[in-house]
Amino acid sequence: MARLEQMPEPMRSHIAKTKLPKFESRPWADGPPLNHRRVAIVSTAGLHQRGDRPFTFEPGDIYRVIAGNVAANDLIMSHVSTNFDRSGFQQDWNLVFPLDRLNELCDEGHIQSVAQYHYSFMGATDPQDMEPAARKVAGFLLEDQVNAVLLVPV
Amino acid sequence: MGGLAHYFEAQGVPTSQISLIREHTEFVQPPRALWVPFDLGRPLGVPNDADFQKRVLLAALKLFEESAGPVLQDFGDDAPVADGADAVWACPVNLTRREADLHSSDAMRAAFKREMVELRPWYDLAVKKKERTTVGVSELGLEQIVDFVGAFLDGLPENPRQDLSLAYMLNFAVDDLKAYYYEAAAAQPVGTTPTGGDLDSWFWEQTAAAKILFAIKDRCLESDDKIMQLVGKLLLIPSAYNNP
Repeated sequence: MARLEQMPEPMRSHIAKTKLPKFESRPWADGPPLNHRRVAIVSTAGLHQRGDRPFTFEPGDIYRVIAGNVAANDLIMSHVSTNFDRSGFQQDWNLVFPLDRLNELCDEGHIQSVAQYHYSFMGATDPQDMEPAARKVAGFLLEDQVNAVLLVPV
Repeated sequence: MGGLAHYFEAQGVPTSQISLIREHTEFVQPPRALWVPFDLGRPLGVPNDADFQKRVLLAALKLFEESAGPVLQDFGDDAPVADGADAVWACPVNLTRREADLHSSDAMRAAFKREMVELRPWYDLAVKKKERTTVGVSELGLEQIVDFVGAFLDGLPENPRQDLSLAYMLNFAVDDLKAYYYEAAAAQPVGTTPTGGDLDSWFWEQTAAAKILFAIKDRCLESDDKIMQLVGKLLLIPSAYNNP
């Protein structure tokens, strides 16, 4: 149903008219084979740990840090949009934040390791407003030796 | 999402993204993307199916083996349909609101409280089974949520938290309220798993809670607070049920 042409109105028009950033450059960061990669999840689902301040529209309120050993019951969502299905996340956090699956892939040798920290942004934020925070988070990821980020929308 | 990919890659961090809206990804052209044909809110496809989720995840991670981009690959399979999904789901706790019972603020609050109580055994079962709940963004207890949200029928109540504005607190308490109803309803053993659409139509068309949210929306729109207006206009009720 995420095929745009199958979405009901008014959501289809809203999504079709979403203002998107245009990028002139095509950056491409390389890395080792997959089984030598350290992977972090970066979500735009407005996720955070229980007890963290929920996301707001206040300037600078762009992302949250999620510890790699977070328990399933400690991950909650304060995304502003009412227009996506939250029932799947309510049933299984891996549907949106596939940390258990990532750890399994690590145990099976598909990837080398899983990051110490993951991150969640508020997907409703204008992408250009995310840029300064994204550059900072990139620095934290490099510090954590991450060389593969899995970006997961909602 | 694609914007983040550009920002990270420019800093030397390789990315691969799952894409839910192919048209957006085609425009933004992140370095590596896997388009999946799943519902919004379900980027890994289906809950409680580790094998399927792992296939999606591996397909996205395999894009790190590409030597040049941008690459936009399609994931070929639709999300599996749960057993019995062709059956019609109906919430076995009959909460069908009686319009005659909702003639005043007090009557609406009473019907809302009754629903919360009726759903409690199912919510408790859901938490026990999953060892998890997504309720808790507002940090209000369930009884507090009932009183706080219900109070908006008569005007703007006192803010129970000092670190967030009243408008945000309303938004988060309503998120918790909806999560409570959805988790409780989905826990009921009725032979078929409700889809997100099943739960939406049950909640928005049959519950007193929804009736209260429609009334609160009007209160929010009357407020001078711009965030409160935004909450009322967009953040309480999904667009499919939010008639202008």
